[in-house]
Amino acid sequence: MGTFHRGKGPLHGLTVVVDTDGPELYIGRCDDVVEAGVLLQDADLHRDEAGASGKEEFVARAARVGHWPRIGEILVPRERVASIRLLAEV
Amino acid sequence: MPYSPMLVRPMREELTSAGFEELTTAEEVERFMADRGGSALVVVNSVCGCAAGMARPGVRLALQDGPRPDRLATVFAGQDLEATARMRSHFPDLPPSSPSMALFRDGELVYFLPRHKIEGRDALAVARDLAEAFTRHCAAAGT
Repeated sequence: MGTFHRGKGPLHGLTVVVDTDGPELYIGRCDDVVEAGVLLQDADLHRDEAGASGKEEFVARAARVGHWPRIGEILVPRERVASIRLLAEV
Repeated sequence: MPYSPMLVRPMREELTSAGFEELTTAEEVERFMADRGGSALVVVNSVCGCAAGMARPGVRLALQDGPRPDRLATVFAGQDLEATARMRSHFPDLPPSSPSMALFRDGELVYFLPRHKIEGRDALAVARDLAEAFTRHCAAAGT
C-alpha cells in the first residue's frame, strides 16, 4: 500500500538528471514537468568549473549511491533544459 | 510535517508483519546496531507511494525464499525523525534516501539500495536485486 499523487506527469516521483545548455546539471526528484520548466524537489546541483569533476562523473556517482538533497525545490527553466533522463537508467 | 499515524500504520505493518523490528528511537537504533554479528537488513520506510509502494512488497517477496539476513529492522523516514537520523549516521557517506535498504554484514555496510533504484520498478524487480544481495552476503557464512 502506498500514497499516490494524481494529476502529475509520468515523471512525477522519479529521480531524474536534468542537463542544461550551460555548465549546470541538476539531479532531483521530479515533481512535474510544466510549461515553465522542470520542477525538482530534494535536488543537487553540479556546475562544471575548471579543476572540478565533470558532469558525467557527478552523474555516475549519483547513479551508484544516490544524490545529496541540497536544494529543497527548484524550477529548471524550460529554455535551459537540454535533456532529461532517469537516474536509474544512467 | 509527519503524516497521520493512522495513515502510516498499514505501511509500518507491511514490514513488521514480515518480521521487521521497528526502531522508533535513537536508543533502539543503537541497541540494534550494537549487535555486529551476522547479517542485518535495515529498511528506511517511506510514505511516498511512487517508490515505497513497491519497496515494501519487494522486500517481503525477497524474504520468502533463499538466503535471508539474520536480523531485520526498519525506521520510518518523515515519521520517526530521531531514529531515522541515527540510523543514517551509520552510513554517513551515503546521501539520505527513502525508501532505501541497507544490508550489513558483521557490522559493515555491504549493500545499499537507494530510492532511485526502487522507483518506477515493480516489486519483483526489487525483490530480485535484494535476493541477489542476500545470496552474496548472507549465504556465504551459512546464514
